[in-house]
Amino acid sequence: MSSQPYKWIGTRPNRPDGADKVTGRARFGADFNMPGQLIGKVLRSPHAHAVIRSIDTSAAEALPGVKAVVTAKDFPEQPNVIVPTGEMQVNLRDVTRNIMAREKALYEGHAVAAVAATTEAIAREALSLIRVEYEVLPHVIDVEEAMRDDAPVLHDHLRTEGVKPEPQKASNIAKRMENIKGDVAAGFKQAEIVIERSFTTQPVHQGYIEPHATLASAAEDGQVQIWSTTQGHFQVRGFCSRLLNIETSQIRVTPSEIGGGFGGKTVVYLEPVAVRLSQKTGKPVKMVMSREEVFRASGPAPGGSVKVKIGARRDGRIVAAECTIALQAGAFPGSPIGPACWTSFACYDIDNIQVIGYDVVSNRPKVAAYRAPGAPISAWGVESALDILAQELGMDPIDLRLKNAAKKGTKTSYGPTFDTIGFVETLEAAKNSAHYKSPVKPGYTRGVAAGFWFNVGADSSAAAHVAEDGTVTVISGNPDIGGSRASLALMAAEELGVDYEKVRPVIADTSSIGFNFVTGGSRVTFATGLAVVNAVKDMIRELKGRAAKTWGVDPEAVVWENGMARPAGSNVGEFDPLSLAQLAASAGKTGGPINGHAQLNVQGAGPGFGVHVVDLAVDRDTGIVTIDRYTAAQDVGTAIHPSYVEGQLQGGVVQGIGWALNEEYIYNSKGKLDNPGFLDYRMPVASDLPMIETILVEVANPSHPYGVRGVGEVPIVPPLATVGNAIARATGVRMTDLPMSPPKLSAALDAATPRMAAE
Amino acid sequence: MAKLHISTTINGEPIEFLCDPPQTMLEVLRDQLGLTGSKEGCGSGDCGACSITVDGRLVCSCLMLAAEAEGHRLETIEGMARGDQLHPLQKKFVELAALQCGICTPGFLVASKALLDRNPNPTETEVRYWLAGNLCRCTGYDKIIRAVMEVAADMRETAR
Repeated sequence: MSSQPYKWIGTRPNRPDGADKVTGRARFGADFNMPGQLIGKVLRSPHAHAVIRSIDTSAAEALPGVKAVVTAKDFPEQPNVIVPTGEMQVNLRDVTRNIMAREKALYEGHAVAAVAATTEAIAREALSLIRVEYEVLPHVIDVEEAMRDDAPVLHDHLRTEGVKPEPQKASNIAKRMENIKGDVAAGFKQAEIVIERSFTTQPVHQGYIEPHATLASAAEDGQVQIWSTTQGHFQVRGFCSRLLNIETSQIRVTPSEIGGGFGGKTVVYLEPVAVRLSQKTGKPVKMVMSREEVFRASGPAPGGSVKVKIGARRDGRIVAAECTIALQAGAFPGSPIGPACWTSFACYDIDNIQVIGYDVVSNRPKVAAYRAPGAPISAWGVESALDILAQELGMDPIDLRLKNAAKKGTKTSYGPTFDTIGFVETLEAAKNSAHYKSPVKPGYTRGVAAGFWFNVGADSSAAAHVAEDGTVTVISGNPDIGGSRASLALMAAEELGVDYEKVRPVIADTSSIGFNFVTGGSRVTFATGLAVVNAVKDMIRELKGRAAKTWGVDPEAVVWENGMARPAGSNVGEFDPLSLAQLAASAGKTGGPINGHAQLNVQGAGPGFGVHVVDLAVDRDTGIVTIDRYTAAQDVGTAIHPSYVEGQLQGGVVQGIGWALNEEYIYNSKGKLDNPGFLDYRMPVASDLPMIETILVEVANPSHPYGVRGVGEVPIVPPLATVGNAIARATGVRMTDLPMSPPKLSAALDAATPRMAAE
Repeated sequence: MAKLHISTTINGEPIEFLCDPPQTMLEVLRDQLGLTGSKEGCGSGDCGACSITVDGRLVCSCLMLAAEAEGHRLETIEGMARGDQLHPLQKKFVELAALQCGICTPGFLVASKALLDRNPNPTETEVRYWLAGNLCRCTGYDKIIRAVMEVAADMRETAR
């Protein structure tokens, strides 16, 4: 597809960290150790909602081998201040309560104390010796129940924001928001057909295979070192600094290789606790979560409800659209309700839109970002409703979307007007795909849905150094979660005109490069990529200056081409070109080391759109869904390393399929999670799936020198409805609650055909 | 509790270690022997990130007691490359981008090698079912399955 005049961009070289990662050499979070380290373990609440009356740690502290015990008393109170973290906002007052419960335990698994001991066995024994006196309170899990007036209230201070007059009574509804474009009431009057449905989803976990892990070492002079598996080591530094009142520059965080995150590693759980334990003991403290702890205590994505109403004319033109979304934030306010609302109708050019959102707390772990946070939930409702509209109108589902597709110049309901976007091209690519043109096999049906994500820019720093032999190191500060080292090196090689193999990308710790926002929001290849390109440009400026000095000409008289400095024209003089190696060799005589730097707040992230097609079969007896073929088309901007772009699409699709078909948090009547393990929380395995076909639609982002758009998040948005739409067309039964797991689907099919079920 | 003295062979090397009776093989590999290439994703045998072979048989080392290693031959990811030569599976995984974050990769490689050692000509379905005990959350499995199929084809070609 790519016809750009690039030498490196668009190629598929081996990733720089490949050998390390296939030999077991790469060091992930739990692979770091220090001499004399202690093992830290967390005591967690067995109750979904309880007042903590008292905590007696004396017996634990008396156990030989136990070096320290901490509770909330060891962490200073925090102000009611919102700070950004990844694509979510968090309140410091809440964060300190999430890492260690204070007045109340707000969910099963909530940390209430932690110990550091010489061995893991002693640490576990110590946990059993801590006496916590709880006063168990009524709990609430479900979002609709949590919104009711008579629901148990989690926070006595919480008043619903965004409602006038300001409420006097505490509520679990933390916020009401709306975004409105045009006049929906007037719009619905023009409608010749109106579709109105309600949909629900259950919370799902990001499911990264690597549990949270950290190693912290606080020295006697106040300096702190942390090794951590995180999507944002600068955020780990920032949180530890704020939560423990340590000056930021005293903390140095080194990111390990990261074993998946998907948004779930943009927040802190263990790090501040490990630092506090290390401060109290004077020894390094290592903490690793078990899988059960990951499920019970680290951020799932929210469950929620979506009510959709769409009005259209008979020709398929949508004239009005309405949507009400309520999302579980978990124990503290801050679900991704904003993005859920803003993305809901972003694919479409609709004159009249009204979206209302509610952020609702309940007795579940505080949600964390998960790949396009919020968007899959609203798209599940909206794209299912559109499929019903297409069926009622007898229209091809892609044609219906083409008729209403957002384009350059479309004003969104949440404010911005789109610049160059590729939704129409992506719909056409899906429509013209071999998959969509192929006949559907007997026994199978086809489903289609679309999805949108903004993508993010934000703060990035980068540096580039020329080594003495003319090879290049590119330094940035975002953990490589899916091949970003390769993308950064490709862009640096392209800009510099040297071989990819001559560029070594390095991810620096927080003290070795300027600030970088998290690896999240599909921002690294876009925003940190831009910082890398600018750092290389800065270095080229320096290289041209050195050549000018060597030749005794003006720097403006030197150009940089194919990795060499050349005279800009024959009038400059006759000089042989100077290579990077030559300029590096003479650097000592021309001004010293040759480096480049860049730091910027990157704007202009290009939004992305995806259109997915599935062929599947439903076993009516068991409710088992078999996916036969799946194609994901996406506007990816320029694919810098196409293999890793395809990989983002394939991985996102499969997470979405899991969300659609199997994954859910299951709570018992006491508010305890019943399936905190991979056996019962069933993520897709290889035998569940076919190959995932991808179509990379390259509509360049005009705001990036190489046209990069974020690609990682869009692909999880369409699959929920893509699968649901195919199931509806296969069975005649429209599923409105996720997951469409075998027991739920077979029950729905039985209910729809009572006579057959009775036979 | 008295420690047990275990003599075993790991990646061709004779190894002796002391362990407590409840310790798992994974704990000893990672915490005592410094072989951290085997990963703990779940500790319950559901994710396959700790896959090793024992006398050629694929096992989750988190489900194996360390004491069970006595007298057996263990292979871990650290023993897969030969000198400075990556195993064809390791090479192909890198070439085809069959890994993103890389945490599941050692387990997939050990499991894939165990498959090809006993079935050099697997169908796609056989590869998918053999690897169904290994979870990958990043790739959607597509490129992993392709890599294993391609290596199987290459190795058959070489053997011919």
